[in-house]
Amino acid sequence: MSSEFAPSKHRQPSQRRVISDGSSSRTFATAPQSILHQSACGAASDVTGVAFGGRAWETFAHGADVGVRGRGANIAEAFANAAVALTSAITDPAAVRQEREVSLACQAPDAELLLYDFLNAVVTAMAVEDLIFGRYDVRIEGDRLTAYAFGEPVDAPRHAPAVEVKGATLTELKVACEDGRWIAQCVVDV
Amino acid sequence: MDAGTLTKVGDWCWRIEPAGEMHVPAIIYADEALIWEMDDKVFEQITNVARLPGIVGAAYAMPDAHWGYGFPIGGVAAFDADREGVVSVGGVGFDISCGVRLLTTNLTRADIERRQRELADALFERIPAGLGSTGTVVLAGADMDAMLEGGAAWAVAQGWGEALDLERIEEGGRMAGARSDLVSEAAKRRQRKETGTLGSGNHYLEVQFVDRVFDEARAAAYGLERRQAVVSIHCGSRGLGHQIGTDFLRAMALEAPRTGFRPPDRELASTPLRSELGEAYLGAMKAGINCALANRQILTDLTRQVFAELFAGSELKVLFDVSHNTCKEERHRIDGTEHTVFVHRKGATRAFGPAHPELPPELRPHGQPVLVGGSMGVGSYVLAGMESSEAASLSSACHGAGRAMSRHAALQVYSGRQVQDDLAARGILVKSPSTRAIAEEAPGAYKDLHRIAEVSEHAGLAARVAHLAPLVCIKG
Repeated sequence: MSSEFAPSKHRQPSQRRVISDGSSSRTFATAPQSILHQSACGAASDVTGVAFGGRAWETFAHGADVGVRGRGANIAEAFANAAVALTSAITDPAAVRQEREVSLACQAPDAELLLYDFLNAVVTAMAVEDLIFGRYDVRIEGDRLTAYAFGEPVDAPRHAPAVEVKGATLTELKVACEDGRWIAQCVVDV
Repeated sequence: MDAGTLTKVGDWCWRIEPAGEMHVPAIIYADEALIWEMDDKVFEQITNVARLPGIVGAAYAMPDAHWGYGFPIGGVAAFDADREGVVSVGGVGFDISCGVRLLTTNLTRADIERRQRELADALFERIPAGLGSTGTVVLAGADMDAMLEGGAAWAVAQGWGEALDLERIEEGGRMAGARSDLVSEAAKRRQRKETGTLGSGNHYLEVQFVDRVFDEARAAAYGLERRQAVVSIHCGSRGLGHQIGTDFLRAMALEAPRTGFRPPDRELASTPLRSELGEAYLGAMKAGINCALANRQILTDLTRQVFAELFAGSELKVLFDVSHNTCKEERHRIDGTEHTVFVHRKGATRAFGPAHPELPPELRPHGQPVLVGGSMGVGSYVLAGMESSEAASLSSACHGAGRAMSRHAALQVYSGRQVQDDLAARGILVKSPSTRAIAEEAPGAYKDLHRIAEVSEHAGLAARVAHLAPLVCIKG
């Protein structure tokens, strides 16, 4: 397994540098060189991703499961928003309090597997820590990703979780530049 | 699916002849209506499966087939290790050994209805279900390894159930050859507090009653009679099974360029059965099977406790326990000769016909019980493996209704509260921590289970024995 996460700390997000809001995550990143060299999207790092009528993330239909999609001005922002979309399959991300943070790290030979690893690291962290996350900060350097996920313990009556996301898959897996913005997506198994 | 691209073979079977890189034909069991309902991905995916190295016989799609991960859900394929056959994570599925267990009771529908609300509340309180729910069983270290290598037999030895239960579980309740040492630490950490939990999605625990018997002799042999109350449990290997799938899918996808076989779909990544990675996956997958068997065994015990408190003298016996996400080494007659093959069943139930030596002696004359789950409005079916099952589909049958609409679409159409109220008006109590989950699992989001069961019988896969109608449904 190429991903890992560190147990959460009771640290307020405001105590560290966080550039994001509840509906879209700003990130600071450089994308894997193999992708950047082939793309016109570049690595813009100071743009807030806003798409889909004000949201930088969405879910899409897939048979028995759910597709998650994030967009961003850079690849890391798209990854962060894909993770918000993953949360949205479970509950409203905006209703998740950001009381705890968990650090995540993974490494993969290409951007798509990096997304697969990142979302699976999120799923594992949620399961092991009994947390749900509402926001993510992602940093990508070369083939390595580090991230912070912000959330709180699952409160079933308040979050009313619709499903448990059990893993990201390779289905509909795509990390690409479309119309000048990065898109990061895959189907998650629920 | 466009039926015009298929060759119709009788009223219940369609065939795609080998073309291009296909090694074998693809065979789809469905009537014309079901074929039209299937999305094109089923056609594409079952054709891709027919291209995998070492496949023998045919690639089969069951009547409930729909879009899956590499394999269609409802896909069956066998691979011969002597012909460089492969094992595929997508052919097993992420929820390793997801399956259905059916418990018979000595109670009637009327008994349940007298205390239906209390029973629903008690089960909802005692059966851990949904995201964030944890069981009373916390496992780590040697205890975790013992569970992964012992399955339901381990659970019974710990006091969850009776030795008699094991006789009615595939593999006698313990999958031999499990390798807990090949299961990642991440998988074990995910499972730490999840043993004995139901999960979410399409998993459920239902109290049902036998509302229709199709085959009196088989029903009697299975211990079923009209108006009898029964309990169906549908769940799998929880986070551990998914993590095994995630870990090995990644490893197989990375190894693919080195094997010389380029899978037509990345999700169809596979590796030779006779390879270090292939053998490691099989060992870890068998541990995942044991996890699911232990899970359903503990849920059985919890269910018995609830019934004992509400219904003095109640007896809940395991009728059978089937897994519908597996790869198992089996002997089959294929193209006229006996083969030892690794049969992948992704969303398909093993359906051994009468006289099969692996069946318990008392069930052997009647064929294996095939437990088919449906939606919370329709209930389930009990089918039986037929003599024709082996030749038709390597002794395999359907596993459920299959979705007619995505969760996304269901949310646009249904209100969870309304679905709950409508079902209550029909005498079905649904308990779930999430009304959105109820909307996503609305009965209308699923295909017609009755049709699928009927087609399974006509196609010679498994014969109808009884239909079970729901009274109480616990959803995650």
